[in-house]
Amino acid sequence: MEVIRSQKRTVSNDVVSTPTLPLYLTAPPMEVRLEEFELFAIDRLRVLKGVSDGLARGRNPNEMDDLVETLWKEHMRLSDVSEMINKDIISHFVLRLVYCRSDELKKWFLSMETALFRHRFRLKKIEEQRAIVGEFGLPYKAVIGAELESLKERLGLVARSLGQISSDVENIYYKVPFEEVPDLVAGRRVLLQKGYAFVAGSQASHGVYFNLKHNLYSALILTNRKWTTTIREREKDRLTPIVEALSTSYLGPDYTQSNEYADISLKDIDQVSKSSFPLCMRHLFEKLREDHHLKHGGRMQLGLFLKGVGLKLDDALAFWREEFTKKVGSERFDKEYAYAIRHNYGKEGKRTDYTPYACSKIITSAPGAGDHHGCPYRHFSEDNLKAALSRMGLSSRGMEDVMDKVRNKHYQLACTLTFEAVYGTSCDTGINHPNQYFEESQKILKSKTPTAPV
Amino acid sequence: MGNILNASVMEDAIKSNFPYKIDIGAVYSVDPDKRHAYAHSGTNLFTPVERELVFDIDITDYDDVRYCCSGADVCSKCWPLMTVAIKVIDTSLREDFGFKHILWVFSGRRGVHCWVCDAKARRLTNEQRSAVAEYFRVYKGNENNAKKVDLMGHSLHPFLARSYVDFLKNFFEDELQATQSIFSSKEKYEKILGMITDEDIQADLRGKWENSARSSLSEEATSRLRWEQLKKTLQSKKNKALSLRTCVEEIVFTFTYPRIDLEVSKQMNHLLKAPFCVHPKTGRVCVPIDPNNCDEFDPLAVPTLSQLIEEINSGGLRMDVDDDDSDRSLLGKSIKFFRSSFLEPLLKSCKEEIETSYKAKIAKTKDSFSW
Repeated sequence: MEVIRSQKRTVSNDVVSTPTLPLYLTAPPMEVRLEEFELFAIDRLRVLKGVSDGLARGRNPNEMDDLVETLWKEHMRLSDVSEMINKDIISHFVLRLVYCRSDELKKWFLSMETALFRHRFRLKKIEEQRAIVGEFGLPYKAVIGAELESLKERLGLVARSLGQISSDVENIYYKVPFEEVPDLVAGRRVLLQKGYAFVAGSQASHGVYFNLKHNLYSALILTNRKWTTTIREREKDRLTPIVEALSTSYLGPDYTQSNEYADISLKDIDQVSKSSFPLCMRHLFEKLREDHHLKHGGRMQLGLFLKGVGLKLDDALAFWREEFTKKVGSERFDKEYAYAIRHNYGKEGKRTDYTPYACSKIITSAPGAGDHHGCPYRHFSEDNLKAALSRMGLSSRGMEDVMDKVRNKHYQLACTLTFEAVYGTSCDTGINHPNQYFEESQKILKSKTPTAPV
Repeated sequence: MGNILNASVMEDAIKSNFPYKIDIGAVYSVDPDKRHAYAHSGTNLFTPVERELVFDIDITDYDDVRYCCSGADVCSKCWPLMTVAIKVIDTSLREDFGFKHILWVFSGRRGVHCWVCDAKARRLTNEQRSAVAEYFRVYKGNENNAKKVDLMGHSLHPFLARSYVDFLKNFFEDELQATQSIFSSKEKYEKILGMITDEDIQADLRGKWENSARSSLSEEATSRLRWEQLKKTLQSKKNKALSLRTCVEEIVFTFTYPRIDLEVSKQMNHLLKAPFCVHPKTGRVCVPIDPNNCDEFDPLAVPTLSQLIEEINSGGLRMDVDDDDSDRSLLGKSIKFFRSSFLEPLLKSCKEEIETSYKAKIAKTKDSFSW
């Protein structure tokens, strides 16, 4: 890809034969105008950001399909098909430059691009899907004859375990190394035997996703190498400033650094926990005060949240020590737990400054026996959730509205409604981060009593 | 202890540090001792590249279904929960995932560790490890939800069906009923009634059981009788709702299905205590467990450090395992099993792998010469 300043653009290769969903295997040999370099990238970034929000709100796959279709129409659609494909490819490769520059950026880009591809793929007609699978040239062998016969009964069980009423099996199954279809394995949606997953024809797209992600991952590492060794220096007056600005402009706050509303100290913490913590953190906080202990998942979720609301390292150590020593003694606390707290603040190990968990991460966590972390709207039983909500002061009507969202699996909307009921004000942005809940709540409380300390 | 390059370095390190235990982590892309030197180069060069796939099962996670012990305690009545966990997971790792080099180890006090050492397992990414871990997840319960297991769909997935038929059902109906009498008191059976989603059936069974509270039967016999009544009642109302159809299975899974600490398996950089360490609290040696004979394993009969010292002092110990007498020493059998069933086959396959990749390299260079 050549970036040029001229107004004219010449497309040097013929794109008509390319299907409308490119696999981004190689950078196209074409010239790109500098304005388009940036504008296309911003448009794609808007789509990716929309995908990220959708996932964080816990949208189901069908809702995500619709969302992706709308986002694409709004930001990427061009009347000329070959122009649109060019825009698709150019914007993708520009964002590779933007998002190859740190592990955190890479991870975000990788999961959003794969999600985007997945939903665009699902929106295609069957014939086109087949063509895309074919284009990838996946080396999977179809299972036939006696081998298929011997598996039929168990393949039928898999189909039934996924909710199909009959035990009919599909016509085509592929034999795929299990590690190439992690989603299907994780959901027990395939039969496994001796290291192979038997993937139904209708599931073959998962092999495409895996390979796409794998290719993109390797490509990002290479791009990063090129970026740091040559491109950054060579383009320091032209592309580099654009690339650097792109990565920060649309990611939203990550709450690593506490802001003006978030600066609590040890003496206020009990009071603030009641007035401004979202239910998930309030529950963890109360359990810690009650049991003088939290398991690992709970310590991480609450600990990073407290860091995000401005609890300083010394205060954090004092806070956890106060509770844990009641249960495990101070010697064990210093030996086993203090390290992890300093670690969260970037003072040990890799010395990364860890970010507080967003709702998406909390909702998808999987609390087990003895655990109190996770999202109450998702992980509590109805009775426990109702009891917790009534302790937050919700009326029975407010509670019904919340429960309604919960039953439809809209956990973040349920939290948003709780917020609105507690503070008697609307929250248009929706809740997607516990620290955001905290800050919004503090804003409201401080505006009501401007002089009183929190 | 940082990076250990070979056996003699390890021996020296142990002699000079006197570690009270040794944890094993991942193989990293750069020497962990020098990681800070690489830390400022922008992206993180210090990343794990290989790590055994590990599992950690702890009896403390079964506290709500065992009535003999709690916390870190374990006895012959609740240990079989670990035995059945080993059978379920070991069978699936071999049959479903095709792994061969699997080592089960007593963790020294209250559970077991599993090390899957096949080359393919060592190179799994975190995402792939998560997928394997999730494949094993059935238990969704946490402290804030009474229903711990939710089996949906119209039948069990083949892996769950095999686990149920081959191991869990019989274990539940025979051993668990005998050792834990899980229906014998109101407190116990209320927990199980809570798993039935139909209130009429709950009330029906509760009525029967409250009336029979003072019968002359033994605890175990009462418990068995009630389980039969529950099965019969559910069977007769089977068509009422889909959720009732899987209810019997759900109860069995809740009580017996392995409760793995899945977070340990999902990350390459999690540390796990090395086999043959001595547990700092119990003094017991973390000996391997043979999955084919795991019923015979008795955690309370595992040799302790003080017994080993006694053995050395009495002059009876010869460290040489090839010796014919080795079976008679306290750890002889364990070491022999470790070598012949795990270490030697693993070394053989590692050698084969190195040879194959070497040959492939040679073939490749030949190809490029033929141009």
